[in-house]
Amino acid sequence: MADNEPVFNEPWEAQAFALVVAMHDEGLFKWSEWAEMLGKIIAADQNNLSYYELWLGALERMIEEKSVLQSSEVEKRKSAWADAVARTPHGKPIELGQDI
Amino acid sequence: MKKPHHHDNHWSDMQLRVKTLESLLIEKGYVDADALDVIIETYVSQIGPRNGAHVVAKAWIDLDYFDRLRNDATAAIAELGYGSRQGEHMQIVENRPGIHNLVVCTLCSCYPWSVLGLPPVWYKSAPYRSRAVIEPRSVLSEFGLELANETKVVVWDSTSEMRYLVIPERPQDTGGWAEDRLAGLVTRDSMIGTGLALSPTEAST
Repeated sequence: MADNEPVFNEPWEAQAFALVVAMHDEGLFKWSEWAEMLGKIIAADQNNLSYYELWLGALERMIEEKSVLQSSEVEKRKSAWADAVARTPHGKPIELGQDI
Repeated sequence: MKKPHHHDNHWSDMQLRVKTLESLLIEKGYVDADALDVIIETYVSQIGPRNGAHVVAKAWIDLDYFDRLRNDATAAIAELGYGSRQGEHMQIVENRPGIHNLVVCTLCSCYPWSVLGLPPVWYKSAPYRSRAVIEPRSVLSEFGLELANETKVVVWDSTSEMRYLVIPERPQDTGGWAEDRLAGLVTRDSMIGTGLALSPTEAST
């Protein structure tokens, strides 16, 4: 295995990684809590998800358990982004409208 | 005139989920957008196995440094400017004639980021995490590493609090080599224990 394999395969992996590191830096959880959560999500995986899919799942659970965001606002924001993606022509930057 | 054809944008579910969290966390002031960029840039291009190779090569030529690594690896590694914000303690484990060390994280992917960067895909995989403990010799042979039968393999299970760095044996025929040149022999895998440091011949090919 070469030393130069890419650190992240897709941009969203890097973004999910950075969110966890930044939230820890801001004191939103301890690193031991993060490792425990990630270990729990990995152990429970039945679908052979990729490492960063599990990482993202653990981040969502952590945000929920620590009540950082409400699940209703997360769902609302997610559908706002889905709408924005659907209405934006290819090549144009995807931006949220006024409806958030 | 025909209307231009629009290819629809498409985001994967992962992209959508990450963007959702990122936008909310930034808006609410929990994280800073610039800080996220710095973190990504740091882990993509600045922190990697070259840091660990520097530590190992210095230990090989500077016995006082080696002793400081043995006594308090976290502090000795920080001397070279490699610190961690995750607060874990570092411990070195030394390969010697008859002893080979191998590092794993059986639960998730705990790994000494400050000296090796982020772990390779295989380190995070379920087969490596389970088999490294149960049948380390088979795992090592799949990495092309055949150890003598009398060599004892010691497996270290990393945690969020304790991370291990293997100090591989210094290769033969490197007497008098400078630190930089020695560091070129220290591979990432040799610091996890799934490889050995390169011989001068291997390094020149």
